[in-house]
Amino acid sequence: MTSILIKNGIVVDPEQNINGEKMDIYIKDGKIVDECKADKVIDANGMTVVAGGIDIHAHIAGPKVNAGRAMRPEDMKHVRMKSGKFRCAMGGVLLTCPSIGYEYARMGYTTAIEPATPTLYAIHTHEELDSIPIIDKAALPLFGNWHLTFKFAAEKDVEKMKSFVAWAIERAKGYGIKVVNPGGVEAWMYGKNVHSLNECIPGFEATPAEVLTTLMKASIELNLPHKVHVHCNNLGVPGSAETTAETIELAKKIGEYCLHITHIQFNSYTGDTWKNMGSGAEELAKLINDNPVTVDMGQVIFGHTTTMTADGPFEFALFKLAKSKWINKDVEIETGGGIVPITYRAKSAVNAVQWATGLEFGLLVDPDKIVISTDFPNGGPFTSYPYIITLLMSKKFREKEIEEKGVNNYIEKATSLLSIETERTFYDIVKMTRTTPARILGLKNKGNLKVGADADVAIYPFNCNDMPDYERILKALENPAYTIKDGEIVVKDGEIVSENWGKTFWVKAKEQSEVIEEELESVFKYYTVSRGNYGVREEWIRRAEAIRV
Amino acid sequence: MIEVVVITGRTTDQGMTIDEKLSEAYMKAVSFCEMNEKDMEKLGVKDGDRVLIKNELGEVVLYVKKPEMDLQPPEGIVFIPMGPYANRIVGILNGSGTPQYKGVKATVEKTDRAVLSVEEIIME
Amino acid sequence: MIKDVVCTFCGNACDDIEFEGDYGRNLCPVGEAKFARKERIKTPMINGKEVSYDEAIEKAAEILKSSKRPLLYGWSSTVNEAIRLGVIIAEKLGGIYDQCSSVCHAPTTLAMIEQGIVGGTLGQAKNRADVVVFWGCNPVEAHPRHPTRYSVMARGFLTRGRSDRRVIVVDVRKTPTAYLATDFYMIKPNSDFAIFTALRSIVNGHEEAVPDRVGGLKKEELIELAKTLESAKYGLVFFGLGVTHTRGHERNVEAVIKLVQDLNKKTRYILQPMRGHFNVVGSGEVPAWEVGFEYAIDFSRGYARFSPGEFTAVEALIRGDCDAAMIVASDPVAHFPKKAVERLKKIPVIQIDPHPNLTTKIADVVIPTAIVGIEAEGTIYRMDGVPLRVKKIKDTNYPTDVEIMEKLLEKIVR
Repeated sequence: MTSILIKNGIVVDPEQNINGEKMDIYIKDGKIVDECKADKVIDANGMTVVAGGIDIHAHIAGPKVNAGRAMRPEDMKHVRMKSGKFRCAMGGVLLTCPSIGYEYARMGYTTAIEPATPTLYAIHTHEELDSIPIIDKAALPLFGNWHLTFKFAAEKDVEKMKSFVAWAIERAKGYGIKVVNPGGVEAWMYGKNVHSLNECIPGFEATPAEVLTTLMKASIELNLPHKVHVHCNNLGVPGSAETTAETIELAKKIGEYCLHITHIQFNSYTGDTWKNMGSGAEELAKLINDNPVTVDMGQVIFGHTTTMTADGPFEFALFKLAKSKWINKDVEIETGGGIVPITYRAKSAVNAVQWATGLEFGLLVDPDKIVISTDFPNGGPFTSYPYIITLLMSKKFREKEIEEKGVNNYIEKATSLLSIETERTFYDIVKMTRTTPARILGLKNKGNLKVGADADVAIYPFNCNDMPDYERILKALENPAYTIKDGEIVVKDGEIVSENWGKTFWVKAKEQSEVIEEELESVFKYYTVSRGNYGVREEWIRRAEAIRV
Repeated sequence: MIEVVVITGRTTDQGMTIDEKLSEAYMKAVSFCEMNEKDMEKLGVKDGDRVLIKNELGEVVLYVKKPEMDLQPPEGIVFIPMGPYANRIVGILNGSGTPQYKGVKATVEKTDRAVLSVEEIIME
Repeated sequence: MIKDVVCTFCGNACDDIEFEGDYGRNLCPVGEAKFARKERIKTPMINGKEVSYDEAIEKAAEILKSSKRPLLYGWSSTVNEAIRLGVIIAEKLGGIYDQCSSVCHAPTTLAMIEQGIVGGTLGQAKNRADVVVFWGCNPVEAHPRHPTRYSVMARGFLTRGRSDRRVIVVDVRKTPTAYLATDFYMIKPNSDFAIFTALRSIVNGHEEAVPDRVGGLKKEELIELAKTLESAKYGLVFFGLGVTHTRGHERNVEAVIKLVQDLNKKTRYILQPMRGHFNVVGSGEVPAWEVGFEYAIDFSRGYARFSPGEFTAVEALIRGDCDAAMIVASDPVAHFPKKAVERLKKIPVIQIDPHPNLTTKIADVVIPTAIVGIEAEGTIYRMDGVPLRVKKIKDTNYPTDVEIMEKLLEKIVR
């Protein structure tokens, strides 16, 4: 492994309160070191040096992602790179595994989290994660519609829930607790949905609120590095802002940090019909800033994409609305999912409000509490992060985009975007793409450039102390001078120059499965796989790294 | 001679011998056809006799098998287990990539010609 | 005793097999045959002459590298790990990757591209389905334990056994599966599209548009069938090659998908193709995540192109596009139409398989391998996509498909 000196770069690392200082960074054996003899020197004079970016929520692997690819050859036919020294890279918005690794690296991102895997399908998810080159990754197993979750939530039995969570995360080789529309997917098995946090889940004595509360308590007591990661009830409909506020209240009652609300944009609409829907971002941003919760944006990008979520009833509603093709998957007694292609149109009032709402969050929420995301591919491609960053950094760019794209002027009435003067500093942006996601995920060696941190580094060809205009910012963010992964230069001037294989993190929590032995035995009667064949072994994963708690 | 519609498909015997295609058991499992008693009468054939099935794709000689219990195909339909024999006369291409292996028109007549072995069938 | 062994025959991939020596408890007759001792290809061969593995692999690499457009076909009876390497080899060679779906459920993929698909796991049949339809499929012979383990008699969370289910069988002939039916409907060949469309008309309230007879069924029968379908709390339609192999192909599947979409506006319904081989699903999933498509993939331009009817094995062979072929874990000589087999007989063919079969007879290079699920482990996907890890339960001197693919890839990118 070569050692590298990044010389004279302008470093931004909010974790160390470093904001644009000219510094040298040394890399050896895949880590940031104090100083060493360097085999290779990178002259970073006039360039900005930051840690590799972290995507906290992107659907990059697993059965649903792959079903989306299979359903959309019209999207997959786009050629990003021909086969040669590296793999051929295919895909428009949806991407093949090689494309995913290459495209993240090409933006200076080095870690991404697959946020929704059914434990039953975890082997598949890990096969795909293993086929993604370069980046580090992890997967979050789904808990929100598991019959055992309902049972322990109904009994308010945090002990058993803890044991169940530890057991399931170990089986999935997962990283934390993902909850999608708690109870709603089970209701969908009866053709229904749940519409409030306090209604009973069909067939069970539990409510979505009890599911969330019990899981949040379990996540704290298990000391999980990443707490409960929630896709709220009522996603994507007018009035969802209220449910989101109520969900934040649940976390507030617990009193300590235990809740990450994902793709908040999709869950922040006011009104009661599509005709009078508006943005609830202003109110919600205040609640987020005042309470122990974090969020990611779920920014919408105008253009076509393929929505995919474990929220089966939502996708059915979208299918009826979009009159598009529709994949549904009901998964045993643990979860479900759906896939529907859609197009976000700037001229559509609803889509325009969605676009503006995401940006409002990006501009109004404390950068220590919000992460940039598109909920890939639901809001759009992750490759548009440089574009989103530039929108957040430049009011002028926002105005230009509204003008040029002809964004429906309903946003003036329904959102506060036009009145927001804020322009995010690059320091804020580094927080929102590095420091904050690393903290939320509990990845101590990521998102910073401290001695001992993983040598995942991005070097952008601009001076953050002397910010250029938005056009040059965008271009620089899209074409890092270097991306370094595990101490190896993988990208130079925006092009892949080398390929390595990242780690897959998983959390090994203290397991007490004997506490729930009886429940596990009885629940497996309703599975079509044997308990012995359920889950993933560490040795099946290319480069697994267990985090013990 | 009668006109029929040929359908093909998996059978238990075909499945059980699939990894032993050069065996007698496999040949036995895939070198016959089943038809309705009335069609057998029309052709003047009984269980174990041979028939020649022909269409524009090709021709094949098969043993006639009287179906077990009440599982005989309806009149005008001939069932052949999937495999090299059936593939002489099914597999119409229509551009979608998947040949039409079922619902293919053909004629059936009684014959004295021998049923070829599996190897003869593919090497012919 | 070895527990939780996965049977590597059909798309059921039953994972409750228990081995005590050579005896496997819970196997169906077809599964028993699969695990029984049988004739093997003894050594690698070039033109019928016994050679070493190194020589055979070298020769295979030479054939593939000197070919303009090799066809890499099969894959449905091996593990994902081998398939992935196969896809990469096809990419690096600029060849064609195709798999067994192209002669079986590829119309289902095409229909899914048009309509999506409303699906679920087999657990939905076991736990929830109170109306189960078998359309153009014969699980009693093709997926023998399907009825008891998953669909007809299985005891689940809401549906507790046979008496909680109404079972509908629709076919062009009476099959043994029809004995399981509450209601059996015999239809005419090639009439699936018309019948699905008629049922959609009834379900959507346009009964008057349906003629007196459709595809051999009387209008009253169609109305009765539609009412049964609608009566489900949670219905499940299993369909087989009776739908994909007949005239209409993907249009038939599209029609049944649309019927199921319509039924979801009234109650809950899902659809499940009865996939044949134990990993035919994996042979489509792996290329989808590696290069974007499930089958019929050409790499001659250095990137992946998907074109069924053009890059599907049968057409590519008949047109004479492919000047060499590598067949892995499959037997196209037994299962392709005559004209395609004739082309295979003319070009150099490499076969990688544990057992001698009809393709062995015409192959120039034969490389025997370990039997997946008996002598080799790895990942496979059940018909509903549920991933399972198949086990190695016996030692062998044969190399695995993965080992052969690794060596081949090394020689090809060298």
